[in-house]
Amino acid sequence: METRNSSGLDQFCSLLVERPGLTLLDLAGANQSTMAFLTNLGHRVYSDDFLLQMDRCFGDGDFYENQADPQKAAQFLDAALDYPAQHFDGALVWDTLEFLSGPLLETVVQRLGTMLRPGSYMLALFHAEERAETIPTYSYRIQDRKTITLAPRGRRRPAQFFNNRSLEKLFSDFDSVKFFLTRDHLREVIVRR
Amino acid sequence: MSSVPNRPTESFEATRTGNAVLGKSAVVKGQILSREDLTIDGEVEGTIEMQEHRLTVGPSGKVRASVKAREVIVLGTLHGNVETGDRIDIRKEAKLVGDIRTARIVIEDGAYFKGNVDIVRAEVPKSASATPAAASPRPATTSASPTTASPAMAAGAGEIKR
Repeated sequence: METRNSSGLDQFCSLLVERPGLTLLDLAGANQSTMAFLTNLGHRVYSDDFLLQMDRCFGDGDFYENQADPQKAAQFLDAALDYPAQHFDGALVWDTLEFLSGPLLETVVQRLGTMLRPGSYMLALFHAEERAETIPTYSYRIQDRKTITLAPRGRRRPAQFFNNRSLEKLFSDFDSVKFFLTRDHLREVIVRR
Repeated sequence: MSSVPNRPTESFEATRTGNAVLGKSAVVKGQILSREDLTIDGEVEGTIEMQEHRLTVGPSGKVRASVKAREVIVLGTLHGNVETGDRIDIRKEAKLVGDIRTARIVIEDGAYFKGNVDIVRAEVPKSASATPAAASPRPATTSASPTTASPAMAAGAGEIKR
């Protein structure tokens, strides 16, 4: 497992430190270090493994073709994002959005926006290797407010490559999008609802 | 006189007084109230209340119930909300879907959990508490965490102060 500094996480955590008792969504899959970090700050944590939910719904056959199937897409949304409107004060979606294609990606982002309260933050990561056919996937674990541990989960083909402009378009319904430059191949994005 | 314990008797006593077991072929629908530790290796649907004791959902166990226990260890499958006075331990290969209210939580690598975790302070005996408010459960600011389990957890555990 490798660790990396995360300015995006630091920014996300600035909200958490100011206001205890928040309700947070973590889509990395439950892990001890993130759970301990967030609950030690006095927050409630909703946890799910978003990639695993994707595999369950779309893994049988072509992963991205299956995402275009309305029935499977609806099943996925019900399984993975069935939360009330404005339920969360923050969301950690990590790099999961890279594995959603076309209309489903837009629906997921829209739904995330609905689930978040105004003024809350969402942290997302995007790989910056434009020509990579596959990219590494990780289970992201918070060690402290500036450090993430990356537990490898194999490699996957991303749905598409995102540059700053496409990310701005993707999050155009949000209040603001902030990019963080990193030395490795991960682009960190903080989106404010 | 020998000081060596009589192991068969000791084992029997421990089983009889310390731990009830619902075996792999057992299927229970309804309410379980237990005054002793309970291990479930079969299927249970309903509610389980054993607030002074430990519930273990064994590797073969399939529980679809709301659970109130002092301590819960999950090695199998548990669907339902869980409330523990002390801790919940979700082991590798376990699957838990539901909301958790607990004082401490341990999640091993490889476990699947979907739901909400709400950490509450463990109740403090009135004589030991400085203020009445300290005795009532509420979201913790210095909660919960692991002392054992997989190496991956140890890093998280190091951050914890109770």
